Amino acid sequence: MLLTIRSLTKSFPGTKALDGVNFDLVAGEVHALLGENGAGKSTLIKCLTGAYRRDAGEIRLDGRAISPGSTSEAQDLGIGTVYQEVNLLANLTVAQNLTFGREPRRFGLVDGRAQKRAAEEMLQGYGLNIDVGRDLGSYSVAIQQIIAIARAVEVSGKVLILDEPTASLDAAEVAMLFDVVRRLRDRGLGIVFVSHFLDQVFALCDRLTVLRNGQHVVTERTDGLDRLALIHHMLGRELEAVETQGHAEGAGVQKPEMLRFDGMGRAGVIEPFDLKVRRGEVIGFAGLLGSGRTESAELLFGLRRARTGSARDTDGPLTIDTPQAAIAAGFGFAPEDRKTEGIVADLSIRENIILALQARRGWARRLPRAEQDRLAAQYIESLDIRTSDAEKPIGELSGGNQQKVVLARWLAMNPRFLILDEPTRGIDVGAHAEILKLIGRLTEDGMSVLIISSELDELVVAADRIIVVRDRRHVRELTGADLTADTILAAIAADDSPDESSGKNPVAIAAADAPKTAKEVR
Amino acid sequence: MTFKTLMMTTAATLGLTVAAQAQTVGFSQIGSESGWRAAETTLTRQQAEERGIDLKFSDAQQKQENQIAAMRNFIAQGVDAILIAPVVATGWDSVLEEAKEAEIPVVLLDRRVDSSDDLYLTAVGSDLVHEGEVAGQWLAETVGDAECRVVELQGTTGSSPAIDRKTGFETGIAGHDNIEIVRSQTADFTRSVGKEVMESFLQAENGGADICALYAHNDDMAVGAIQAIKEAGLKPGEDILVVSIDAVPDIFKAMADGEANATVELTPNMADPAFDALEAYWKDGTLPPKFIQTDSALYTQDDDPAGEYEARKDLGY
Amino acid sequence: MMRSLKRVAPQLLTLVVLAALVSWFFPGFLRIELTDGRLVGPVIDILKRGAPVALLAVGMTLVVATGGIDLSVGTVMAITGAVAASALVSGWGVPVALVLAMGAGLAAGFWNGCLVSVLGIQPIVATLILMTAGRGIAQLITEGRILTFTDTGFGFLGSGSLMGIPVPTLLWVSTAVLVALLMRRTALGLLIEAVGVNRRASALAGVNARGLIIVVYMASGLCAALAGIIATADIRGADANNAGLWLELDAILAVVIGGNSLLGGRFSIAAAVLGAMIIQTINTGILLAGFPSEYNLVIKAVLVLAILMIQSPHLASEWALIRLQAERRRTVRGQEGTR
Repeated sequence: MLLTIRSLTKSFPGTKALDGVNFDLVAGEVHALLGENGAGKSTLIKCLTGAYRRDAGEIRLDGRAISPGSTSEAQDLGIGTVYQEVNLLANLTVAQNLTFGREPRRFGLVDGRAQKRAAEEMLQGYGLNIDVGRDLGSYSVAIQQIIAIARAVEVSGKVLILDEPTASLDAAEVAMLFDVVRRLRDRGLGIVFVSHFLDQVFALCDRLTVLRNGQHVVTERTDGLDRLALIHHMLGRELEAVETQGHAEGAGVQKPEMLRFDGMGRAGVIEPFDLKVRRGEVIGFAGLLGSGRTESAELLFGLRRARTGSARDTDGPLTIDTPQAAIAAGFGFAPEDRKTEGIVADLSIRENIILALQARRGWARRLPRAEQDRLAAQYIESLDIRTSDAEKPIGELSGGNQQKVVLARWLAMNPRFLILDEPTRGIDVGAHAEILKLIGRLTEDGMSVLIISSELDELVVAADRIIVVRDRRHVRELTGADLTADTILAAIAADDSPDESSGKNPVAIAAADAPKTAKEVR
Repeated sequence: MTFKTLMMTTAATLGLTVAAQAQTVGFSQIGSESGWRAAETTLTRQQAEERGIDLKFSDAQQKQENQIAAMRNFIAQGVDAILIAPVVATGWDSVLEEAKEAEIPVVLLDRRVDSSDDLYLTAVGSDLVHEGEVAGQWLAETVGDAECRVVELQGTTGSSPAIDRKTGFETGIAGHDNIEIVRSQTADFTRSVGKEVMESFLQAENGGADICALYAHNDDMAVGAIQAIKEAGLKPGEDILVVSIDAVPDIFKAMADGEANATVELTPNMADPAFDALEAYWKDGTLPPKFIQTDSALYTQDDDPAGEYEARKDLGY
Repeated sequence: MMRSLKRVAPQLLTLVVLAALVSWFFPGFLRIELTDGRLVGPVIDILKRGAPVALLAVGMTLVVATGGIDLSVGTVMAITGAVAASALVSGWGVPVALVLAMGAGLAAGFWNGCLVSVLGIQPIVATLILMTAGRGIAQLITEGRILTFTDTGFGFLGSGSLMGIPVPTLLWVSTAVLVALLMRRTALGLLIEAVGVNRRASALAGVNARGLIIVVYMASGLCAALAGIIATADIRGADANNAGLWLELDAILAVVIGGNSLLGGRFSIAAAVLGAMIIQTINTGILLAGFPSEYNLVIKAVLVLAILMIQSPHLASEWALIRLQAERRRTVRGQEGTR
């Protein structure tokens, strides 16, 4: 046994993050660590890498009890870690990064040629063909990720911890990364793999361990494990089928139009597009990253000023040139990048929830404290936000719970049109399902929702209508029977010719009451 | 008449005309960082006008390179003399040599340089130690044999006026064992800090009852301290004697009101002795001594402070 | 109430320790007497002398809470003092002088706020412009000399007293209380903190971040104007070269001693003005103790370093650990005792 953890316990004020957890790692295996947000995965890793001091329990590496007090101590012991955000220096060269702190020297000076040679040797066997003399920042995140792995393996060499390494990679990059990981496994390293993507876990890992609420639930081999059973382990309850929700039945009822955007556009950002929003409708924006889907939403919310186009509701024209104007018009916007655009980390959950409401009331009319407490309690309860206290800084919550607080901020405003950009990114399966269910409930109450997502299955389940964005243009609108992941994929990948896509696509048959499914939105 | 003699006659005539005309003097001033320097500029201009000297003024804005450029300019114009208040002490050798080769006498005002003293005609300045000494002697004479506990407001710690004026004052009261400096603190040459430090002296010395006299290294600190003494319910000038250095207009006002007793003048009129020396040199080549010390005149309440105030208030202090 | 008291506990404790330290060197430190209907004593002097830095700290706290910094406040003191003094010398009377001086402070703040908020210039650079250029403006107003005036009405603001208490003290205390109430009784405090922690997220939630940032710099300018008025009234003259010189650094130090993060976010005005009083206690204490002036800056630096070390979050967590262990031992012993 390479690494054994017994009865590991770690408490924080108010919570027990790890409660007597056991974990084993064999040399030559990839071992997935799974669990919802807040299950204790990151605490376990931080105890292993010396970032946290454990309260009780035992960690043995090669049979020897260890107690790393810092990341560098853990590295010296043989435990290396690679995080989702690459923690190397982008403005140094690849070679400098790889040999950082251990530069080969000649006559007391760094020997540049030996440094390059050493770096090239280190990268051998990783299938990379790159110039180690170039700046690290000039390479893609995937390559940086692999370089970070190479460095971690070089300095540590026994245990490699990969914390959400694939979160910002595309499919080809993931495959490349997995190749590297498999090769390292074959070299006899013990690899701990933390991820939300169950597909990847099944594709890569030999065994998996599930944590829930700081406790060890199960350790099993991945082959032969039933996926539903795994989800059951992770959630502790059956994932309710969210798929009954109804675009199918909704197609029959024409909902009244509420908002209408005509010719909204901005040169270099997004071509002019039209958008009609019906009451209680869920619209999806699908497209690749950088296609213009987020930019479209930013235009709708006034976050970027539209150079062309106009907006109107049933009462007349609307001027939406700032977020404040959009909020005044009853819009809400939960952005994609939760950390930098969504949460206000140092403020409490309560303050984060009432922030938009307070901003709309103006600074002079402070929301009474009793009302603030009531709202906070109400949303903590109704959205099931896991926290000990409404006064806890939001930065201390897990990603899913942070997202719920951002949602609560907008729900407290009771908007008529809510834009959610990647509402389920980086959050666990349970919270994911809850948020989708919540969207369903909201639309029943008459709210219209626009979802932007790269998870096509999620869009198909949630949306009544999907608009496909490609190359800064809205290229197709899908409804009814067209709402399948395959159609969306086809539209995203399609040749950029409208005639072809509407004429030859076999599923592009208009539903009885819907507009032409393959509508070219200019 | 040959062409050559014609030329010579013309030249002689021109030469005579020039001699009869006003002398031209270039003045390179450091800048206008303090009221005292503004007064020095004003007085130099006044003196030049009274003597019929054509003064060419150049403000260096605290930069030596500007001063050197100005001096080269003066030399190129062929002025009859150069006055300079040098911003720093070093780096003047080559430009002073250029002036010497062009036979233009240079007079240093107020500050000195490190160059060899045969490169300039003379330097006019005050003696900081002497100023402190005059103040000390005044106090010793005024209090006679009575016990006197003195508090001292120093200039900026480490600056040469602060060091020299302290030394001078101690020399001035030497031998008078009845006079003792009991507290001495820096007040940065400013009015507001002078007031703040004096307040703490008053607190520390039994509400001021134990203080007999205040010696301040400049008038501004004394003016601030006078405020503090008044606010503590004491009468400056009577309960606590006030003596300081510089002789700026505001201290004369305080003396006229009986709130200050004496000040030692650091005259901004460096131009007067400088022009005296230059005129003697132009007339018959008389060489002045290499350092001309200005008077460190003592002013007390008997010296018509109100009149002095009126005379000085528009000099730009 | 208990929570705010807990927030300023480190600062209060520091003051107590400092007072004890100064008393050791100067036994009469805590003595306060009533002479001629006004309170007199070293402590009263501190409360009066600390007024400019305390006022600057109030404004600086708000600026720092938005993640900014205002280096120009010392210079703004010089400008407003010069404006007030030249108005008095011109015979326009006290009310006009006050209005002009405060107007100048607000204008200076508006300028800074626009540079930071509209043009997006780094606060430290944006306010550096006025810090350096402003002293020139003040010198132009005073024509390079100390502009002395005799108006006793204006002088009252610097050295008068009401009910025995120095007017500058009343001014800074009431300003601090008013601003603190304004921040906590309205939503301004929350909105400023939100902008300071995450400006983009706040703007997305509909907070008018741009306007708020301009407002806090204007508040800082107004506080600097009040400080400039007090400093000018105190010496009955506007000293463009020296008024408020380096006080911006003392104000920032006061904010930091008050436990406010320079990165922005949560702020406490009470703690910041206590920080200003701590700095003034050190200054006055050094003067009273009567050390040679060469030691002043070193003593001040050592004391400030000690205070900041005690407040350091790293040390704080160590201490929390030690205390926790001590408590555990106590409970264990207590349980043994009951057995």
